[in-house]
Amino acid sequence: MTTYQYTDVVPEARRPWDHSRSTALRAVALVVLAGIFGSVINQLTGLSGFLGWYVGLAFAVPVIAFIGSARHGWNMASDRIATSLMSIAFATVAIPWMSIFWTVLKNGSKAFHSSYLTSDMRVTSFSDDLHLGGLKHAIIGSLLIVLMAAVIAVPLGVLAAVYIVEVKGRFARLVRFLTQAMSGVPSIVAGLFVYSTVIILFGTFSAVAGSLALAILMLPTVARTSEEVLKIVPEDLRSASYALGASQARTTFRVVLPTVASGLVTASVLGVARVVGETAPLLLTVSYFVGTSASITEPIASLPVYVFTGLTLGDANSATRSWGGSLVLLVMVLVLFLLARFASSRLTRKR
Amino acid sequence: MQTLDTPPDQREIKAYYTKVDKVFRGFVSASALFSLVVLVLIAAFLLYRGFEIFSDFGLGFITNSKWEMLDPNDAATATFGIAAMLVGSVLTATIAIIIAVPFAMASALFIEYYSPRRLRTALTALLDLVAAIPSVVYGIWGYVVLLPLVEDWSATLNKYLDWIPLFAVRTPIFGRSPFLAGLLLAIMILPIVTSVAREVYSQAPRDLVDATYALGGTKWGGIKTVVLPFGKSGLVGGAMLGLGRALGETVAVYLTLNLVFEVNFKILASAGGNVASLIATKFGEASAYELKGLMAAGLVLFLVTLVVNFLATIIVNRSRKIV
Repeated sequence: MTTYQYTDVVPEARRPWDHSRSTALRAVALVVLAGIFGSVINQLTGLSGFLGWYVGLAFAVPVIAFIGSARHGWNMASDRIATSLMSIAFATVAIPWMSIFWTVLKNGSKAFHSSYLTSDMRVTSFSDDLHLGGLKHAIIGSLLIVLMAAVIAVPLGVLAAVYIVEVKGRFARLVRFLTQAMSGVPSIVAGLFVYSTVIILFGTFSAVAGSLALAILMLPTVARTSEEVLKIVPEDLRSASYALGASQARTTFRVVLPTVASGLVTASVLGVARVVGETAPLLLTVSYFVGTSASITEPIASLPVYVFTGLTLGDANSATRSWGGSLVLLVMVLVLFLLARFASSRLTRKR
Repeated sequence: MQTLDTPPDQREIKAYYTKVDKVFRGFVSASALFSLVVLVLIAAFLLYRGFEIFSDFGLGFITNSKWEMLDPNDAATATFGIAAMLVGSVLTATIAIIIAVPFAMASALFIEYYSPRRLRTALTALLDLVAAIPSVVYGIWGYVVLLPLVEDWSATLNKYLDWIPLFAVRTPIFGRSPFLAGLLLAIMILPIVTSVAREVYSQAPRDLVDATYALGGTKWGGIKTVVLPFGKSGLVGGAMLGLGRALGETVAVYLTLNLVFEVNFKILASAGGNVASLIATKFGEASAYELKGLMAAGLVLFLVTLVVNFLATIIVNRSRKIV
């Protein structure tokens, strides 16, 4: 009979799927080798520039990964090839994103001058010198339209979520299905719909018509996000409220909604971010105005239409103004996202 | 001490809503059905405004590809048909899906299973941010940056592969082709497809994946045998959501595709269009009768995307239910 000696040294669990220093080293070596191969391709064939180099690298990476691991058998080799292919795929996908951010920043900053954000185009035309005019009117118009859209869409979206999560009505599944399907309504169809009703009825393009179209596009985002948010409210809170004799209405408005207020802010902000750059519906419902205006029953300027107009004119200065507008739009979207993350981080901390 | 032979009957509990709650529930239900009302209203109004076109042209509105109105004041001179635009919509959206889905799949797997844990939240946030880049920004980027590149690539493709009918062109002009528009749409829908796929993949049963490791399998083995089969329907649903977006995209296609009223399957040729960009192009100077034609085209687009989205929603929901 053998006795087992127990030691207090517990062998550390090995986690072969985690990243270790050797895998990191191997990855670096792989990319360096492939990069050298890409440069060779660059010199020898017609593939030129950064993209040509990248194509060489992208094809070399799985091949080198295979060569490096073939001696360990097919299982290991296929794993390495799969890893390299997925990393390359993600890097490839990220190239256009980085390119978009970079070109918008580079070309957009050319349009900026000291009074770019504080002057409008009332006395300036798109092709005029770049130190004239600006996009104050477009920023104000966009904010106004989007704000009105939010005023319409946020309550409706939150109420739809309340219906699904709190009221749990007979049509809860239908409502969820329809809001999801509504998120696929093409933006131009929303614009066409508002045109065929509101604009034909009143006979004039107007900012408020634009916000109606945007509200249609915004509602699904707000409803879906609010639904997710309401679901995290603990059931105990509701039970406690009912046990104190509160009605369902009171429970919803005084307990459930305040608990997730910051989450609902996130939902609204995401909805706004979704529609702030919509162009097609605004072309059909708001049109464009060169001066600063806050009149909601008339055509006013908006950032997307400003960008679009500059682009269709065709000359260099107009295009630069478009890039400037794009930069402002992107910054707006970015700020909205930071706001949304800030609000939702407050929510999780409170929990 | 008194004992009972049988336990006493349980008191019947009657739950009922107070008057306040009845009002509250009625109010919430009414506003929740707003989305249904909107969807029905859209279909109804576009049908109402475009009905004259459907009765004038009948099925020819779908099967003809000519769109012209010689005299804006005379409805008899008009010929409206959206066949070319429908083909263009489907062609560009198909190109977008074919390019986007493999990349979306691989990126989703990369973010969920290969990227370092600390990077994962950042990458997911980046995905959401990129999904919210306005389409007009994609459009201007596609027009200025992507167009010259794609012109080069198209010329090369055409040089070596013109024996394939798909890559043949009548005249060697390659700008603003369905290929360019499709590629741009692929880049645009990639974030949404990736984020749906990532969500589905992240719900794959972790214990089964771990079990494949325990059996000595590799990471790719676990993904191949557990994650991919699990996420199949979710991926299909995500792809169809992307398809819906691609079919209805206006501004980006308007900027990157030449509007030509002729059915064109040659993806490198500089001709095409889609229904949404037709509406955007013709809307500005349309006469009353042409406007009705655009309403009818909008209705067709609405119905097509609605069907695609219904299917997508059903498929995604079914994949969630398995979880």
